[in-house]
Amino acid sequence: MSVEKQFQISVSPHLRAKEDAQSIMWWVVFALLFPTAAAAYFFGLRALALVFFTAFVAVISEALFQFIAKRPITISDGSAAVAGILLALTLPPTLPFWMAAAGAVVAVVVVKGLFGGLGFNIFNPALAARAILLASWPVAMTTWVKPFEAVTCATPLYLVNKLHQAAPSYLDLFLGSRAGSLGETSVLAILIGAGILLIKGIIDWHAPVAYVGTVFLLTTFLGHDPLFGIMSGGLMLGAFFMATDYVTTPVTCKGRLIFGLGCGVMTVLIRYFGGFPEGVNYSILFMNCLTPLIDKYVRPNLYGGK
Amino acid sequence: MKSFPRGIHLEYQKDKTKNLPIREMPAPKRVVIPLQQNLGCPNDPLVKVGDEVVEGQKIGEAQKFVGAPVHASISGKVVQIEKLPNPCGFDVASVVIESQSTEYRVQSTDQRDLDELTPEEIRKIVREAGIVGLGGATFPTHVKLTPPKDKNIDTLIINGCECEPYITADHRIMLERCEDVVYGARAIAKAVGAEKIIIGIEDNKPDAIQKLKSEILNSKSKTNSKFEIQMLKTKYPQGGEKQLIKAVLNREVPSGGLPLDVGVVVQNVGTAAAVAEAIRFGTPLIKRVITVTGSGVKNPQNLLVRIGTSFAEVVEQCGGLAEDATKIIMGGPMMGLAVSSLDLPVVKGTTCILVLNKKEAKVYEEKNCIRCGRCIKACPIGLMPNFIALYAKIKDWEKTEEYHVADCIECGCCAYVCPSRINLVQYFKVAKRELQIRKAVCR
Repeated sequence: MSVEKQFQISVSPHLRAKEDAQSIMWWVVFALLFPTAAAAYFFGLRALALVFFTAFVAVISEALFQFIAKRPITISDGSAAVAGILLALTLPPTLPFWMAAAGAVVAVVVVKGLFGGLGFNIFNPALAARAILLASWPVAMTTWVKPFEAVTCATPLYLVNKLHQAAPSYLDLFLGSRAGSLGETSVLAILIGAGILLIKGIIDWHAPVAYVGTVFLLTTFLGHDPLFGIMSGGLMLGAFFMATDYVTTPVTCKGRLIFGLGCGVMTVLIRYFGGFPEGVNYSILFMNCLTPLIDKYVRPNLYGGK
Repeated sequence: MKSFPRGIHLEYQKDKTKNLPIREMPAPKRVVIPLQQNLGCPNDPLVKVGDEVVEGQKIGEAQKFVGAPVHASISGKVVQIEKLPNPCGFDVASVVIESQSTEYRVQSTDQRDLDELTPEEIRKIVREAGIVGLGGATFPTHVKLTPPKDKNIDTLIINGCECEPYITADHRIMLERCEDVVYGARAIAKAVGAEKIIIGIEDNKPDAIQKLKSEILNSKSKTNSKFEIQMLKTKYPQGGEKQLIKAVLNREVPSGGLPLDVGVVVQNVGTAAAVAEAIRFGTPLIKRVITVTGSGVKNPQNLLVRIGTSFAEVVEQCGGLAEDATKIIMGGPMMGLAVSSLDLPVVKGTTCILVLNKKEAKVYEEKNCIRCGRCIKACPIGLMPNFIALYAKIKDWEKTEEYHVADCIECGCCAYVCPSRINLVQYFKVAKRELQIRKAVCR
């Protein structure tokens, strides 16, 4: 019998899991729609427009950058959209569109693209861009408004820690009816989104639980209200959506615990001993720097190792 | 339930063949018997072109200890001895036999009683029968049956996990030849001096567990090894030697060591059955059970096939290929080898011929690692596959060694879960080879 047909050759394994990088990113986008919806509810349609605009600019600038740099255009992987939405959710509701656009370009081109693109950036693109925006336009980046009305006011953390005034009720903090960045105010919306990612196995609990837990314990230890501490500022958004970023946090579960712990310590230090009312942004960026070190020393237990 | 850390859950796809009894395929007119079918040294031919051979006759002999002879699987005339295509990917010196009209039968006179055999005699029978690890690894069995004097073997584990998807050959052997499996296990235990025999079986094969349990109770032997069955969690790679030892005994083979370093010998159920046949009937290893399956095969089956039968004929026995058959895999989908043609012989290590259709054989484009850590969570050895691949890509072999690439068992869990579709196992194979070459050069 003659067999002329040549069959396809490839390396093993010949089975692959269904989930790929692209589907993961779009699940993250889906999860972020919950805090986005909360932002729209509390801060109006302009807030919604700002989120979509920032995401749009992020995607377009990634495509342009990759085109100019003669790299394959990978906007369909969803990572630029995630960076754009995340950045927008950390911005004040009244920030001018052009500043948000500048932030999106910085996030995608400077923080990610110039470092080699997806997988090679050291810093969380959204957070690094936010830090640069804060340094560039400090007034616009710290002008906050009350929910449902365009009246400027301070964030709860600033009220309590710097002005020593009364905090909003736990219910308001949980639902999100307080001043703050677009996506950070509603703990409920963040937990719904994060819950979906946890159930899907896209993020794991180690970093967020270590982060929130550390802040809770240290805040109690310092004699402050721990529940207020974990539900105010950008802690929830940062813990569940930024301290869980694959690229810029450790790869092992143990490493992720350490990462969360470090973020928690840094956040409390900045909040109660530093010059800023909030420290989530810088804490995570700081721990991003330590990620390669953690990955170098924290390794899984080798089978048959000593 | 007992298991090992990490690993992955797969869709097992065994339903197509798990209830089909093993069917013996008629002897083919022509067989191609590669002179090397196992790990270790190749065989020298004992026959020349034109010789008449009888089924079961030894036609290739290994000069070194780590080697196993090969036998004629049909009676007939040697028509060709030269390098021919082999499922392992390169050409291997092979003996081609064409059957004559007259039918010879193998003379199976050497019936022996296990209780009267010494360990040395058992080893000799196993070696002469050309038995190698039939789970696919093909390590010569008599070598494993010869532990160094300073190693005390207390436990023999018989591997009935069959954790690779699709394959049901071992499952059927446990159901249909449980007597041989138990007999063979006792023989192997006697050869290595193990006091305890444990058959490890995944919980997705309750019928096999039941069958073997009653066989152990019913069969009496003067050998005083304790015999038990250990049900294990259905998880890949439960049947990996190291994982099986960890699951059953909670012992870890030291990095770079062998199971006998922790007092264990592991043998596959098919190997045990082959040992039983060699002792009871004097039959050398000239046939083996393979599963022919996958959506690319019209009529999937478990077949008892003579070594040297061409894949094409085996597939023909199973109704031929479906129209969209795209990929042929020897072995399971996780560790098996893709082959480019059906013009290859079934060898001792062929556990399965798996045919995938076009959709299943999809080729993925490799993307950047996004450091999600899934490979680390999946690796049953506790490696960091992402970093090994990173260093292998830039040819930093020392770093791959530092990350213990040599401990990789190539099970494919990491590549299976990788969302960036990185061919991790391939990088590790290359790194291991490079490190081996370097070591050879340094010596």
